[in-house]
Amino acid sequence: MESTSHITVQNLNVYYGDNHALKDITINIPDKQITAIIGPSGCGKTTLLRAFNRLIDTVDGVRITGKVLVDGEDIFDPRADVTMVRKKMGLLSQRPYPLPMSIFDNVAYGPKIHGIRKKKVLEEIVEHHLKMASLWEEVRDRLHEPASRLSIGQQQRLCLARGLAVEPEFILADEPTSALDPKSSLYIENRFRELRSQFSIILVTHILRQARRLADYIVFLYLGELIEHGPVNEIFENPREERTREYIRGVIS
Amino acid sequence: MKSRRLFKDNLARSIMWFSAIFCILLVILIGFALFQRSRYILAMKSLADLFFLDSWHPLKGEFGFFPFIMGTLWVTCTAVIISVPLSFLTAIYLSEYAPRMIREWAKPAIDLLAGIPSVIYGVWGILVIVPLTKNYIAPFFGRHSSGYTVFAAGVVLAVMIFPVIIHVSIEVFRSVSFELREASWALGATKWQTIKHVVVRKALPGIIAANVLGFSRAFGETMAVLMVAGNVPKAPSSILDPAYPLPALIANNYGEMLSIPLYDSALLMAALVLFIVVLFFSILSRFALVRVERSSE
Amino acid sequence: MRSRKIEEAIFRGIMIAATLVVLSCSILILATILIKGLPAMNLDMITKTPKGGYYLGKSGGILNAIVGSILLTGGATLVSIFLSLPVALYANVYADKSSKLIAFTRVSLDVLWGVPSIVYGAFGFTIMLFLGLKASLLGGIIAVALLIFPIMSRGMDEVMRMVPKELLNSSYALGATRFETALKVVVRQALPGILSAVLIAFGRGIGDAASVIFTAGFSDRINFSLFEPAATLPLAIFFQLGTPFPEVQERAYASALILTIIVFLISIGSRILIRRYSKHVIK
Repeated sequence: MESTSHITVQNLNVYYGDNHALKDITINIPDKQITAIIGPSGCGKTTLLRAFNRLIDTVDGVRITGKVLVDGEDIFDPRADVTMVRKKMGLLSQRPYPLPMSIFDNVAYGPKIHGIRKKKVLEEIVEHHLKMASLWEEVRDRLHEPASRLSIGQQQRLCLARGLAVEPEFILADEPTSALDPKSSLYIENRFRELRSQFSIILVTHILRQARRLADYIVFLYLGELIEHGPVNEIFENPREERTREYIRGVIS
Repeated sequence: MKSRRLFKDNLARSIMWFSAIFCILLVILIGFALFQRSRYILAMKSLADLFFLDSWHPLKGEFGFFPFIMGTLWVTCTAVIISVPLSFLTAIYLSEYAPRMIREWAKPAIDLLAGIPSVIYGVWGILVIVPLTKNYIAPFFGRHSSGYTVFAAGVVLAVMIFPVIIHVSIEVFRSVSFELREASWALGATKWQTIKHVVVRKALPGIIAANVLGFSRAFGETMAVLMVAGNVPKAPSSILDPAYPLPALIANNYGEMLSIPLYDSALLMAALVLFIVVLFFSILSRFALVRVERSSE
Repeated sequence: MRSRKIEEAIFRGIMIAATLVVLSCSILILATILIKGLPAMNLDMITKTPKGGYYLGKSGGILNAIVGSILLTGGATLVSIFLSLPVALYANVYADKSSKLIAFTRVSLDVLWGVPSIVYGAFGFTIMLFLGLKASLLGGIIAVALLIFPIMSRGMDEVMRMVPKELLNSSYALGATRFETALKVVVRQALPGILSAVLIAFGRGIGDAASVIFTAGFSDRINFSLFEPAATLPLAIFFQLGTPFPEVQERAYASALILTIIVFLISIGSRILIRRYSKHVIK
């Protein structure tokens, strides 16, 4: 592996009640690349992603063992400040969930929470990040309208801008295009290509073609186990494991 | 900065946790306070005496609740007997048959009915139901009556609990899945057959809960009943007799004549009885409703 | 085959009849209050306090009761907001879905919801004796707050339950604490429902007589002090109706009309507010 790793997972196990959802995962996520987590539905893709920002904490009856090191610190350490962990991770979920406020406030929400009060600064932040998500031109004249009035595709870009505005180090994307039309999906994919140089992007997807055209690195999960991981070409051209080969050829799904 | 936010979060968590606990404590506290105050009379008289003696003479130290308990039961049962079938049929009509137009008008109208204060129902009772009873209904049965009767109170209460029962029943009918109805229609059942055999059966615990809620509302209602029931401390023997239900007893007498020994304790015991009965029925209907929710998920 | 159709028709007819009975009752009540109340209405009723006492007074108005009711119910509503909002937020933001504590809290609220207002009146009076208070505005506020806070809490709880979990997650994902999420996201998303819960509770409070009969007392004057007795509309109606003088009874009808109008305005107001505050809500 050519680059250093910001996220290191060591022997991670996640249980939902009696269900052993992730089994002893150990992996390094490469820095400043797009890593795609693939695998059939129910294999634990989303669970792994949500372990990175500890959103799995909010699930009832969840139990976690093992470590996830972000910048060398274990985020599951009881002394860790979960809000600071989450601040480092921008999340883009399957369906856009704008917050129940105006477009401007959606983007400003994160910075405000983290202590930025000056209106001028907030305005700059909002403009900058809406531009990064290439939404600025479409909404610059109606920043104070409710976010719910945007189209789904625009809402997803708004959520991207909202996530970027807290200046994360990582972007966690959970099938971010699954609710979008092809044009909006392409838009999001293009943003990811641009953002790759600045962020480490972790993408959960069930669309193999999307993983192939977008990702640099592939992680393949099957029934909660980590089967194989490696650079995108290796996994798609020459998988070592039989199950990976079968999944890629569409035998198991 | 970081620690201040987390501190606020933890503080808020504790305050909110305490508010949640407060709800539970309040139930216990009400029961406990009422019990504390009724202990004096419970120490002096046996429960059987209190519940089954029909002499109510506070000045002589006689506290027989029998007339008031019977008054409450007569009035409440009259209300329930009138209200249950009408509410049930209305709820079915509105949720299963009515065209959208009617439903959209009828539902807010019924909710509006729910919002009318009980004292207004009382005024209506005095202006309409009492004269009706006095001038038409009692003479029809060959009786002479002031109009302030079990019947008048029952009718007023029945109208008051219409919205309670109808509202909850409609919610319950709505929770029965549409697919279930389709399955029955697909077998060639008529709408009414589907309702009778499928919808009502499925919704039964919820319908019972709705009626229990209505019953317990009627049971504790004070103002409207106080205004039309006649308030004669004698157990009624027909619906054209006056009645003196427990809530009316408390409302009319509590806070006055506290110098009479045990009087205040007796009235708070009446409140305790109301509280316990309503507690029982609320928990009962709650469990029935939870069962409906579970089975429809 | 035919008998099925006949049965269907018969029951349909019965159901329509039942619905008509129920609906005509509501129209009848309103018509009665309107017909009896309108002739007795005049401007003095809502601009003046009673002359010669509420029981015997044949002129003046019931401004004392209108102001008293609004102050008392307003105070009680404020108190219950500060009690209900934390309960509903705890149940839906902090607690686990399967929390036993919350299950108990919800059952308790249902029980409290069903407790007759006369019991709150008696209990409130007991507390007042304990605190050394006499019948006063404050006493009434306590009793009515107890009466309406379960209604408000349940209402808020119902709407907050509808807030999608993913919405909370997107706020957490930005590094917000639960408290920040509760205040800035959940409250805003549920705002229309919260407002309607508050107004329903207010409407219930302003119309209730049994809880204030011992706790708030009555007064012929307008009173802004927490420790003096305050008049309330439902009791004004009750007392005026209880006199032997037809002129005073007439005034009760006008008072009833005023109370009904207030309750309706609240109901209509809540519908308007809900529409107005729905613009930010995420569907």
